[in-house]
Amino acid sequence: MNYEVLGISVLWIFLYGYLIVASIDFGAGFFSYYSFVTGRKHLVHNIIERYLSPVWEVTNVFLIFFIVGIVGFFPDTAYYYGTALLVPGSVAIVLLALRGSYYAFSTYGAKDNKVYMLLYGATGLLIPASLSTVLTISEGGFVSEINGQVHFLYSRLFTSPYSWAVVLLALVSVLYISAMFLTYYASKAQDYKALEVVRSYALGWSTPTILSSLLVFFAINGHNPEHFQRMLDLSWMFVISFLCFLGAVGLVWRRRSYGWAFLLVMLQFAFAFFGYGASHMPYILYPYINIYHNFTSEAMAIALVIVFIAGLLLLIPSLVLLMRLFLFNAGYVQGRTSKKG
Amino acid sequence: MHYDPVLYSRILTELTLAFHILFATVGVGIPVLIALAEWTGIRRKDPYYTMLARRWARGFVITVAVGVVTGTAIGLQLSLLWPSFMRIAGQAIALPLFMETFAFFFEAIFLGIYLYTWDRFRKPITHFLLAIPVIIGSSASAFFITTVNAFMNTPQGFKLENGSIVDIQPLVAMFNPATPTKVAHVLASSYMTSAFVLAAIAAFSLLKNRGSLYHRKALKLTMTAALVFSVATAAVGDLSGKFLAKYQPEKLAAAEWHFETAEQAPLVLGGYLTPDHEIKYGLKIPYALSILAHGTPTSEVQGLNETPENERPPLYVHYIFDLMVSIGIFLTLLALAYMWTQRRGSKSRYPRWLLRLIVWAGPLAMLGIECGWVYAEVGRQPWILRGYMKTIDGATTSMHVDTMLVLFCFLYLLLGFTVVKVLGKLFKNNEVHEELAAWGLEGGKPQ
Repeated sequence: MNYEVLGISVLWIFLYGYLIVASIDFGAGFFSYYSFVTGRKHLVHNIIERYLSPVWEVTNVFLIFFIVGIVGFFPDTAYYYGTALLVPGSVAIVLLALRGSYYAFSTYGAKDNKVYMLLYGATGLLIPASLSTVLTISEGGFVSEINGQVHFLYSRLFTSPYSWAVVLLALVSVLYISAMFLTYYASKAQDYKALEVVRSYALGWSTPTILSSLLVFFAINGHNPEHFQRMLDLSWMFVISFLCFLGAVGLVWRRRSYGWAFLLVMLQFAFAFFGYGASHMPYILYPYINIYHNFTSEAMAIALVIVFIAGLLLLIPSLVLLMRLFLFNAGYVQGRTSKKG
Repeated sequence: MHYDPVLYSRILTELTLAFHILFATVGVGIPVLIALAEWTGIRRKDPYYTMLARRWARGFVITVAVGVVTGTAIGLQLSLLWPSFMRIAGQAIALPLFMETFAFFFEAIFLGIYLYTWDRFRKPITHFLLAIPVIIGSSASAFFITTVNAFMNTPQGFKLENGSIVDIQPLVAMFNPATPTKVAHVLASSYMTSAFVLAAIAAFSLLKNRGSLYHRKALKLTMTAALVFSVATAAVGDLSGKFLAKYQPEKLAAAEWHFETAEQAPLVLGGYLTPDHEIKYGLKIPYALSILAHGTPTSEVQGLNETPENERPPLYVHYIFDLMVSIGIFLTLLALAYMWTQRRGSKSRYPRWLLRLIVWAGPLAMLGIECGWVYAEVGRQPWILRGYMKTIDGATTSMHVDTMLVLFCFLYLLLGFTVVKVLGKLFKNNEVHEELAAWGLEGGKPQ
């Protein structure tokens, strides 16, 4: 495998990691607020908080990692995306900033502050919508370069059926992934009241998820037929993704093996996301940036790959430790060990 | 105001960095002090120190949150506001940027673990050990990100040919001449500032309740640390002066309004500059600039006239440099004064004036940090990559930077306001004496 493909694969894996952990986080924020408004807070709030508190900081890192990595491996992305994305990027930053800080404010500082919880819950849905813009514009047609100046065509973005399909998919899949995870977590915590609530969320969001996935699939055909053709060549990946979806929903419906169900959800999105990514190749921003012409120097690529491997050697054991202490620690999940000092 | 994307990009970057740096500084320094307190508590079997570590950690999370989100903001803004710069820098310094995220990742994981495992382990030392990766992570990310800034001051490890960069040597770019002094100064001053901020809190509480043993112990720990770190900061500051004289003489000359290259150069404090570059009302300390620049009172110091006019930094950096140095000296003297009052043993009472000055020391140290960064950054204008790329050529051409500037102004105002409110509430709702009683100390029966 050459460095270009290795680089983009590493980044895509991290973006996938962000997709999963951030979805859980964003959705949980929304459910936490929703249950608070509908008076069911006492049922689900505990399991949400107990999961989120030790890991909220880690989520952000996946995103930063992706951004720094893509600028490192493909410096031209900074130039094109940077210029084009000033407004949506800044809006996303503001939302992320509000969300991150108000989470901390409402969890560690002023408990049960309604405004803080609203900010935290609402931004959880707006962030995926604004971040999904990046994927939309990567298809091409929203950026033009005239006389060496990069222009972002806002009106075209807002009137494109494809971009709205992506936003819709981002929103519902966040809620679906999150509800599926919380179902698994509640069952581990043996919190059956919470389980009933989040299980109904999970089942409720499953149909919209698959429908909006189909919508995006066909919207690509309208927007970038060449890409659609490459997706059809990889159609087996999307078929497996759909089978995983059926398996996951089937298990939750029959109230069985929630752990396997969540694993299937992860596979469902993995196959769809990597299928989409593979068919997107070799372009990062169609048609301006592709992985072969805009790659960093070889010396830097080697250095980045070495650091990446060294970093993983450090991170994986730490993440395992984090999970063993919190996610997969029966005592902690059920709330038996002490909380923060 | 006429729309100028470069100007607005500069203001927005300054705003984000100025806000972020407050939280980043305590983010690097406070874990060290928390660990010191916890370690002291374990070693002396003194629960006061353990409680100190816990209470600091509780407030620390709030500041970390704001540090993380504003750090995310600056990480993204680099590409959004300076796309042409990042196209070059992305190739040359991707390595430290990448490593910084790893360090941050490492810190994030262990901070989560640290905060939620206070009572989970049988031996208290196990929990203390978890603080070490937090310190390593936060100081390492400061290290890596400072090498990026150092690279912008003394770029090396690449060649620029017809606007594209070739022959990149990642490690040479990272370990550039500015790296050692910059990193050391950033780390030492962060530890020092955090120590003064925590000391200010203790002094504030002592002014209200002079007998509090808890706050006396807090003050002693923080002021001792503050003295050590202030001396270290001053020593590295001196080395930084020597670095500037050698590699960025125009920055040092601008700070000292030193126009003619001369031997036995004096250091100027305060004053103001006439249009024909004469210094009025300044306090001149003979030979001091020569000593700062080269270590001997007679050595020659390069003047600003050697630098082409369109490559000179603005001359107002003089005041900022003076302010930073004066704050540093004052704080070091203050830490010494504290030690002097302590010479008769820890039972003696603190004079009120001393406590009042220590309360001021916290915000002053923060101001010093801001001044230091403004001097470092404005002092290398007009360059974004000294000698290679001017700031004007690095900025975005987008038409919406002014609107974004307004948006971020509101964001930082809101965050700043809420942080103050939440931190205030956090400690007010949880009075020390109540917590002491809950722990079976003062007011309750020892366990």
